[in-house]
Amino acid sequence: MNRSLALMVSGAALVMALVADAAGNPSIDPANSTIIATFKQENVPVDAPFKRFNGRIDYDPALTTASKAALEVTASSLDLGSEDYNSEVRKKAWLDSGTYPTVTFISTAIKPGAAGHFDATGILTLKGKTQTLTVPVSVSKAGTATSFDGELQISRSYFGIGDEEWNDVLDDKVRVKFHIIE
Amino acid sequence: MSSETDALALPAVYTRTAVALHWLIALLITCGFSLGAYMVDLHISPRKVRFYAYHKWIGITVLALVLIRSVWRLTHKPPPEEPMPRWQLRTTHLTHYLLYALLIATPLCGWLDTSAAGIPVVYLKLWQLPDLVHKNRDLAKVLVEIHGFLAWTLLWVVLLHTAAAFKHHFIDHDSTLKRMLAWRRS
Repeated sequence: MNRSLALMVSGAALVMALVADAAGNPSIDPANSTIIATFKQENVPVDAPFKRFNGRIDYDPALTTASKAALEVTASSLDLGSEDYNSEVRKKAWLDSGTYPTVTFISTAIKPGAAGHFDATGILTLKGKTQTLTVPVSVSKAGTATSFDGELQISRSYFGIGDEEWNDVLDDKVRVKFHIIE
Repeated sequence: MSSETDALALPAVYTRTAVALHWLIALLITCGFSLGAYMVDLHISPRKVRFYAYHKWIGITVLALVLIRSVWRLTHKPPPEEPMPRWQLRTTHLTHYLLYALLIATPLCGWLDTSAAGIPVVYLKLWQLPDLVHKNRDLAKVLVEIHGFLAWTLLWVVLLHTAAAFKHHFIDHDSTLKRMLAWRRS
């Protein structure tokens, strides 16, 4: 607990350094990767992909302690299916992408799991707030490409996304599914 | 749809099921159309999202009821037509066919549109209906236009249908409207 608190405090500096590395030397293939947020409105699941992101994953199954991952997602690239909704979600009450243009996930620990799986613990920074979370990831290889698949769940209220008036029609929980090809 | 040859053997009014379905569908499409016309220009708000959901539930209900009604119509003979000129009979039949076609096509097109837009229908917030097409934004843009066109066409055909019913009732003084108001055992 203390360690994660300490990580949160030094989070900002760490995030900046690692994202600079990720952005400067990305290893993933964004064109073939997907990061999709699924929110529920009136119990209707709606998929909204992020169109722009990049990052770097250094994963060695034999040496997980040295493995790391850093992803940087352009907040304004969230596509809800229509320009009306896309510009709405960029506003201050939602993602406020003008003030917080990027969403980042920087790993702090990679722990091996069952064959083809690992747990990535890291810091998610979204709309100026950070959260440490652990995401189960499955890895598979196809030819020279490696794919990393997983899903995490975030709380809109924790990150201050969306006014309270929306709480009746929009679930607090938002699932984020990723399929990253490297 | 009707055969006039054995008209004498037919009862003078519609079955209770047909009457109930007729008025229930009439009420639902009035609500569905008004809500649809109102909600499209609203600014993004929780209310708008809710109205879209209600509009879709109404549409799906209409689609189901119209399909039941079509089967009922094909299996239960309607009352004989009132005596009227041939052109009126033809217009009546054409209008009825058009009503059935539009009552199926309009909600179906709405369902196709919302599928293409990537927003599935969750009927009454309980049951997620299958998507009819894959997500495709360009297709959704075309389908929403067609859905609107069909809905407005339906409005005009319903107005013609209503005007004709009033004309028969108040000018011709025949029982065209009455037979859709009376109850008969099915």
